[in-house]
Amino acid sequence: MTLVVESLVIDHGAIRAINSVSFKVPTGKLTAVIGANGAGKTTLLRGLSGLKEIKSGNATWNGESIVGKRAENLARAGIMHVSDGKSVIAELSVKENLALTGLWRKDKKDVALATEEVISLFPILGERMSQSGGSLSGGERQMLAIGRALVARPRLLLLDEPSLGLAPLIIDQIFTTIKKFVTTMNLTVVLVEQNAMGALAIADDGVVLNLGRVVAVDSAENLLKDPAVRTAYLGY
Amino acid sequence: MIKFITAILTALTTGAIYALMSTALVLVWRSTRIINFAQAGQAVLSTYIGYEVTIRSGSFWVGVISAMIFGALLGAAIDRFFMRPIFKRVQGGPILMIAPVVATLGLLGIIQAIIGFKWGLTYQSLVAPVSTDGFTLFGRVIAFSPFNLLVVVFATVSMLLLTILFQKTNIGLALRASAHSPEIAKLSGIKVDFIRTLGWSLAGAAGGLAGMLYIPSSYLYPNAMDVLLVFGFIAAVIGGLDSLFGAVAGAMILGFAISFATSYVSEKLVFPMAFVMLVVVLLVKPAGLFSGKKSRRD
Repeated sequence: MTLVVESLVIDHGAIRAINSVSFKVPTGKLTAVIGANGAGKTTLLRGLSGLKEIKSGNATWNGESIVGKRAENLARAGIMHVSDGKSVIAELSVKENLALTGLWRKDKKDVALATEEVISLFPILGERMSQSGGSLSGGERQMLAIGRALVARPRLLLLDEPSLGLAPLIIDQIFTTIKKFVTTMNLTVVLVEQNAMGALAIADDGVVLNLGRVVAVDSAENLLKDPAVRTAYLGY
Repeated sequence: MIKFITAILTALTTGAIYALMSTALVLVWRSTRIINFAQAGQAVLSTYIGYEVTIRSGSFWVGVISAMIFGALLGAAIDRFFMRPIFKRVQGGPILMIAPVVATLGLLGIIQAIIGFKWGLTYQSLVAPVSTDGFTLFGRVIAFSPFNLLVVVFATVSMLLLTILFQKTNIGLALRASAHSPEIAKLSGIKVDFIRTLGWSLAGAAGGLAGMLYIPSSYLYPNAMDVLLVFGFIAAVIGGLDSLFGAVAGAMILGFAISFATSYVSEKLVFPMAFVMLVVVLLVKPAGLFSGKKSRRD
């Protein structure tokens, strides 16, 4: 199972947000997509999850093209997109938020099991089950959004800026947890981040985007050492 | 005393009918974010179907069920073959919010014209299954009949069933998730388009029931439900367009206000009272009394 992105083009209004982007994510690997604000990171994920129309190019998951597929069908096929910081339905309880990705799954026993696993991964969610999603803190919301995706037993996880707006301590905790479940669940992950340092620290590979184009693709280790990447994105 | 009791009972009856109409409007608002003016046409056409079935089968109850089923199918068809293409065409443009609403107004005209062709513009009577003569209280006949009682019971039971559907079932959770955040619902694998069509069909069924419960106390003609659309809309705005509970509560508040104003002050106050309430609520709490949101823009 590999995600292959080939010469992808996506427009955001009149702007070409993603311009001929290509990269591969091997099975079980975590690829960090880093870049400044406006680099096209979020648009890339929205294209891969079916929320945004792909103008040209191709993207395949498991050898099957995802171009032109509906978001809900891609989700059911195991591609789970956790959109930016607000990806929690405030009006629903934590329990109901978690249940959304289990509604259409046939194996209800496994849904219950997956939910338990999510709660043991994020124990705080277990304590807040009957509270509304809107009452959670930023970090808890992020945990809930990720947890909801995990209940679907995804194969490919698209994470959009999980660290956005969170306190440094919480960011560490989220990144550590991501690394932990990605390894144990053998998930393939595309992690979009402005926090390049934190993302590359847990990633296998990295893709650097600038104004919709790929400027560097390499192992996370090499990118962390690359002087150009260091000055532009890591700030030292 | 009798005047007071009568006012309360009248309030309950009218409030129950308003509640069905406001619920229908709120169901569409929650799923599609538009006010469906065609609701009056859908409801009255469903009632014509219920009327025909009642005459042929001889049973009002078979008529009610037919009206609700027809209303549900019509609602689903309107969303699937009319609203969905319109939304696709106007996607993202500046007319996004206006075009579909205007389209529902056009649809209202079309439906009423079709009714005119098929049944003519005359008044028909739908005979109630139980007496419409008022009960006798302390030796006096009051303006509350066995049929009115039936209206209240039916409306209450259908609201309870709807609440159970929304709060206790998986479909209800999908309906709520899709209403609050279509994007998150989609990303969670919920077929939001289907759920939206389901919302329209529930609304259609509620409209059909409202028609079958209202028309026996009035007459059946192409514009018979127009007034109810206005009251249902006002009730929904008073309660908060986003909330099903608000739709029912708003309808009851409106029912009580109108009933007491007309029986204690003047019969002429029906419309002024409704619009005064609307304006006051919009000034004091624009999002509606039972909406959790601070403003309509949230």
